[in-house]
Amino acid sequence: MTEPMVRHYGPKAHTDHPPFNYPDYRSTVLRFPNKDMVSIVQTLSETTGPGPAWTEIAEEDADLTTNAGTGGTALGQRIIVTGRVLDENGEPVANTLIEIWQANASGRYAHWRDEDHPAPLDPNFLGAGQCITDGEGVYRFTTIVPGPYPWPNHRNAWRPSHIHFSIMGPALGTRLVTQMYFEGDPLLPLDPIYNSAPPHSRERMVASYDHDVTEENWATGYRWDIVIRGPLAAPTDQEDG
Amino acid sequence: MARLGETPSQTVGPFFSIGLSGEGENVLVSDGVAGDRIRLVGRVLDGDGRPVGDALIELWQANSLGRYRHPDDARGELPLDPAFTGFGRAATGFETGEYWFETIKPGPVPDPEGELQAPHLNLIVQARGTLNPLFTRVYFPDEEEANQSDLVLAMVPKDRRETLVAVPEGGEPAVYRFDIHLQGEGQTVFLDI
Ligand SMILES: [Fe+3]
Repeated sequence: MTEPMVRHYGPKAHTDHPPFNYPDYRSTVLRFPNKDMVSIVQTLSETTGPGPAWTEIAEEDADLTTNAGTGGTALGQRIIVTGRVLDENGEPVANTLIEIWQANASGRYAHWRDEDHPAPLDPNFLGAGQCITDGEGVYRFTTIVPGPYPWPNHRNAWRPSHIHFSIMGPALGTRLVTQMYFEGDPLLPLDPIYNSAPPHSRERMVASYDHDVTEENWATGYRWDIVIRGPLAAPTDQEDG
Repeated sequence: MARLGETPSQTVGPFFSIGLSGEGENVLVSDGVAGDRIRLVGRVLDGDGRPVGDALIELWQANSLGRYRHPDDARGELPLDPAFTGFGRAATGFETGEYWFETIKPGPVPDPEGELQAPHLNLIVQARGTLNPLFTRVYFPDEEEANQSDLVLAMVPKDRRETLVAVPEGGEPAVYRFDIHLQGEGQTVFLDI
């Protein structure tokens, strides 16, 4: 039996990503692997992945201001967040699932463990949404600006406003979980999680205000593109050396 | 064209269960699934051996015939099983660090040299405090011969291979334990894929 023709992926650009060990983010200290990773060949197990098959969502899931299903609307500054998912070759990543989660406008998560921050919950806000990229790799959410929130990492620590993004992509190794931040946030230079990414790449996580995305009398707009690993070359039917 | 820089990875944080749920939870099978049903259980542990109560484990595997539910696995002679999703997610218990999946033992998948790999499960591990996803594989203790000739296991230093082999706990369906040590002496082998 021979392996069918498959796409192979370039190596992960480790230098674009945070190190595992980043002591300023204290939770890494006992959780980073301190033995070498083992490089392996890419087999069908690595060149396939859950992304392509897993695209069942409801249309309303992309609007976090209403998807609590209460008939009410979430409190906060309504925004549109849109952009494209591209692979590192610049090709759009079509039909891939994007899942997001975030704090409400007061900086509180609708999660049982978020109980120390005395900020109100919003019954009309779940803080979770999903959408599928279109043929051009475009995603689009309607939501509210999440509030900053305190966390116990160091004295007077506050996370900048952020939205958690999860992208499956086409293969196992294209899996990406990241966070989207907001242009001009004064908390960014103080945040060890944001700063865990190297200086040359961390601004790739910052969304920009975009007046063309803004809708009159409705919502301000932010644009943010996401780049994931891509295939080395398109598969061909012939062996051409 | 110049390659575009990748968007950096960030931690899933402690609240990922708000956003990462739905289909792909920890039961991958439904009635009538083909193959041997198994239960995969384990704990995620930190460098002090303490349970990691906010880890996300994602499981990707082939069906009982060794076929992946993916367009790049075009081996039509190995049909997909409508009663098997091939993908699951589990969050570890807050107090215990325990996770579990109900699934089936996968069939063998070819390697790039045209040989068959030993049956294995592919895991993606993330947690509060991990800044990048960790990839690992679960092999089966009752597949000694196949494990001996597995191309990927052969790339793992001999003295660390056993961290990738699940421990049988008996039961019906069969229970396999796979503890994930993020750090330290018995650290699980993580794969750069
Ligand atoms: Fe957060």
